[in-house]
Amino acid sequence: MTWEEIAIVVLRVVMTFVLLLLVTVINVWAERKIVADMQSRIGPNRAGPWGILQTVADGLKLFFKESVTPRKVELGMYLLAPFLAVIPAFLIFMMVPWGAPFTIGEYEVALQGADLHIGLLFILAMSSMAVYAVVLAGWSSGSKYPLIGGVRATAQAISYEAAMGLAMVAVVLWTASLGSENALSLASIVEAQQGTWGGIIPRWNIFPQVAAFVVFLIAIVAETNRAPFDLVEAEQEIVGGFHTEYSGMRFAMFFLAEYVNIFSMSAIAATLFLGGWNGPTFGPPIVAAVLPTIWFLIKTYVIVFLFFWIRATLPRLRYDQLMSLGWKRLIPAALVWLIVSTVAIGFRQFGAPWS
Amino acid sequence: MTPMVEALIFILMAIAAIAGAVTVVMARNPVYSAMGLLGTLFSVAVLYVLQLAHMVAAVQVIVYAGAVLTLFLFVIMLIGVDKSEDRDEKLPGQRLVIAVLAGAVVLIAGGLTFFADFDWVPAASAPINPDLTNGTVQAVAEPLFTDWVLAFEATALLLTIAAAGAIALAHYRRRSQE
Repeated sequence: MTWEEIAIVVLRVVMTFVLLLLVTVINVWAERKIVADMQSRIGPNRAGPWGILQTVADGLKLFFKESVTPRKVELGMYLLAPFLAVIPAFLIFMMVPWGAPFTIGEYEVALQGADLHIGLLFILAMSSMAVYAVVLAGWSSGSKYPLIGGVRATAQAISYEAAMGLAMVAVVLWTASLGSENALSLASIVEAQQGTWGGIIPRWNIFPQVAAFVVFLIAIVAETNRAPFDLVEAEQEIVGGFHTEYSGMRFAMFFLAEYVNIFSMSAIAATLFLGGWNGPTFGPPIVAAVLPTIWFLIKTYVIVFLFFWIRATLPRLRYDQLMSLGWKRLIPAALVWLIVSTVAIGFRQFGAPWS
Repeated sequence: MTPMVEALIFILMAIAAIAGAVTVVMARNPVYSAMGLLGTLFSVAVLYVLQLAHMVAAVQVIVYAGAVLTLFLFVIMLIGVDKSEDRDEKLPGQRLVIAVLAGAVVLIAGGLTFFADFDWVPAASAPINPDLTNGTVQAVAEPLFTDWVLAFEATALLLTIAAAGAIALAHYRRRSQE
């Protein structure tokens, strides 16, 4: 490995990291502003124009606040939990291609943290790791409400991860049926969605895989513990849920992880179903190089907006409703769709069994 | 990746795996035992990656660390086996028997590695099979669904039977208590 190659790897990771931090700062503000609009309030409007620096101000405040450690905590796990929340959140986004690859001299730079050929499996693995943070935070706090939040988180994560995985499998099978060599890598999934049908409809997976898209969307809202699936931190029932006993920077890390997760899960949904960075490019070379990233961000923000919209609209589910939705509706729906889509793919590839 | 780096990662991860395994047995608190198991599973996953078995590593993390261990934690927290309360042993002398057996296994394995002249072949210097580096998923799936499809289906059926059996047992016990 020459030093140029190493520099490119470092550059890719750093660029992805910076992008993620930037959009997270904007997302926190955007959510407050959008939800405020939907509730006929003004929302943050003091720090900077339209209050856009509110997140920076909040971050600084949390950074300088004292991190109170309650007396009855299990100290080791209590200190470890915030880090376990942040690390998987950032690692998930490393798999997402967020722009068209470009070349510097003789080297090709892909705008993606890393392109693993098991990218989707890695995403599943990391999103199942994220639950440990919530569980350990809830347990180690040595307090009732966080414990309830932690127990709820475990059950919820296991239930909805199955539906999410099944929806992903349908996409992988579809991508492989289009002749992709490595249907588990996100870069090839984006590649397989290039082009259009009849020059008008883009070849996005959402059209052939619409049921998988709906299941996936519901499952990622539940995976990120957002309303209406935020039983983990239901304020009216269990104070703050798993992070009740956290304050200062430790709380800020949970908060950061939640918003990073919203963005990266939306980015994955956009990559799997909405064609990722695919889109028309035009204009001078500089503009044409930036356009794919802009398409990617627009698609991702459509889904992020959906997250905020759902939060402002729907009331929280009851616990038994959450479980029955996950196990009795979503997983069977995902399984049936998987069978239908597999049979359709087999039909296309091998013809009818009786012919 | 040079063989030196590979050996370094191997040693670090092997130590981490053993430390995790010791924690599982020694920890007073069951939650810490579960965390030790998590550490072991992760270190072994890294060892798989070192051997270029990326898919096995990912599946290990998804299935064992992601699902099985989460269920363990769920049970520990739900039943509330918070502190070690039930430590009297049902079988007399079980610790002695296990200690002797484990010691024998360690001695045999250690003796084998020490005396049988094994060669250290780092994956980095071995000839690279592109099928195995770029598509472990395909490399696993193809024999699984062609040559070994009967064994695969039989295992799947066995697991389904086990799950159905567990549900049946749980219901049976509840009815007899009422």
